[in-house]
Parts: sequence; C-alpha cells; structure tokens
Amino acid sequence: MTLTELANPTRFLSLAGRLLPWLAGATALLLTVGLVLAMLAPDDYQQGATVKIMFVHVPNAWLAMFVWGVMSLASLGTLVWRHPLADVAAKTAAPIGAAFTFLALLTGSLWGRPMWGTYWEWDARLTSMLILFLMYLGLIALWRAVEDPSRAARAAAVLTLVGAINLPIIKFSVDWWNTLHQPASVMRMSGPALDKAFLSPLLVMAVGFSLLFLTLHVAAMRNEILRRRVRTLQMMQASRAEAA
Amino acid sequence: MFGRYAEFIVSSYAATAIVVVLLILWVVIDYRRQKARLRDLEARGAVRRSGRSATDLS
Repeated sequence: MTLTELANPTRFLSLAGRLLPWLAGATALLLTVGLVLAMLAPDDYQQGATVKIMFVHVPNAWLAMFVWGVMSLASLGTLVWRHPLADVAAKTAAPIGAAFTFLALLTGSLWGRPMWGTYWEWDARLTSMLILFLMYLGLIALWRAVEDPSRAARAAAVLTLVGAINLPIIKFSVDWWNTLHQPASVMRMSGPALDKAFLSPLLVMAVGFSLLFLTLHVAAMRNEILRRRVRTLQMMQASRAEAA
Repeated sequence: MFGRYAEFIVSSYAATAIVVVLLILWVVIDYRRQKARLRDLEARGAVRRSGRSATDLS
C-alpha cells in the first residue's frame, strides 16, 4: 500500500479497524512488562525509591515533545502538500500531547518535592515545558473556535510550526542555563549515563507509552474522519431539504 | 514498599493511570457517539456521494 493510497480517508478507516486491536494488545503487554520491571528496579543510591517516578515522568516528557514534532510534520503536510489526513492527524494529536505534557509536569513536580524541596521552580526546563502545555491548550482552543475545519487547519498549522521553536529550547535548556533539572542522561552523544537496572525498565516504558500514543492517535483520527463524514452528510441533507 | 516517599510515587503512578484511562474513554465514547450519529443519519435517508452506507468503515 502506497502513502497516496493511505491518504484516502476511507482506506485509512479500513486499515485502522484492522490495526487497532493489535496496537492496543501490544501497548497493554509492553506497559504491563514495563510496570513490573519498574517496580522491581532497585532504589537509587542518592534518590532512593523516588527513582521509580522516572519510569513514568521521562516517557511522558519525551512524548510531550515528540507529539508536537508529529504535529509539526502534519502541519507541513497541511500547508505544503494539502494532504487529506494531515490536519486530521494534527488536530487529534493535540489533546493527547496536552495530556502527556500535563503528566510530565505533574510527575516532575511530585519528584521535585522530595528531591529539590519544592514542587515548582521557574527555571528554564520547567518553564519551557509549561509553555509547551499552554501552547497545546491554545491549539485545542483554536480548533474549537473556528467552525470550518480547513480554515482552522491552516491557522493551527502555522501556530504549530512557530511553536516548534520551543522544542530545541526545552531539550537544550538544561545545557544553556543553570537549572535545578538534571542534564540529559539517556539521549547523549556519549551514550546513556543510566545504569542498566534503570535503563531497561525506562526504555520498555518509553516504547509502551509510544505505542499508547500511536493507538490513541489512530483511534482519535478514525473518530475525526467519522465526525467529518457526519458533518458532510448533515450539510447534504440540509441543502437537499432547502431545495425541496 | 516505597518507604517515606510512598505518597509521591503512588500519586505519580495513580495520576498517570487516571489520565490514561480518561484518554481511552475519550476515544471509545467518541467512536460510539459518531457511529450512532451516522446510524441516525442513515435511518433518515442520508446517503454518501459514493452511494455507500454512512456507517461502512471498510
């Protein structure tokens, strides 16, 4: 199946129906294994048992940024190629990305209290993540404010691409400024600094959360296509009733 | 099990579980709602341009 064929919403619906049970099953399996590994992981010599928060905090933080990256690619698809599914993909990813960002902020705060002595600090990493969360909320509001999906899509695509500037700021904030947040310990040029006892559960959870995003995104895209089909049929019925 | 940090660890996992369940409920309930709206439109005689059933997902 080529990408052009997949761009057909009807074909996407058919594929989604076949894929979703497998994706949901793989997600449940990986998250279960990840949770067991996370619970069996030893305490950190400095952070004690709070290191277990890392196994939910880090995947949520990664996905918070990854989802905006997906939305940026979809926005290019909307503005440059006018791909039929691009704005559907961007619109439906936003609430999921907002949820991951909220969880990254909340679990980070719950980790910060016992380790830093505070739930919140206006430092570069935390503030740039909060800005990402507010941008997600802004995009969701924009989609809801404009009734015509194609007009909303173009405005949202521009806002998404402008907002993508925040992604490198979040990533490198811990290197560019003095922050309470620790520097990168997994995605580093010199390789992960984490011990295998922590790295394995973290990677399993990260893949599990990524699959969770994929499953939710495909399901939400299917819903959005159906919502647009409802809208089209309602408009056709209305114009037919007007003509009669 | 988690010593003196239990409240922070349990709260983190519980909040994550609640949000994930809410996301799952959101897509499942929305899917059922859209399917019901399509069935209702079909019952009132709405037909797609292709002539295929409104609820046909294949």
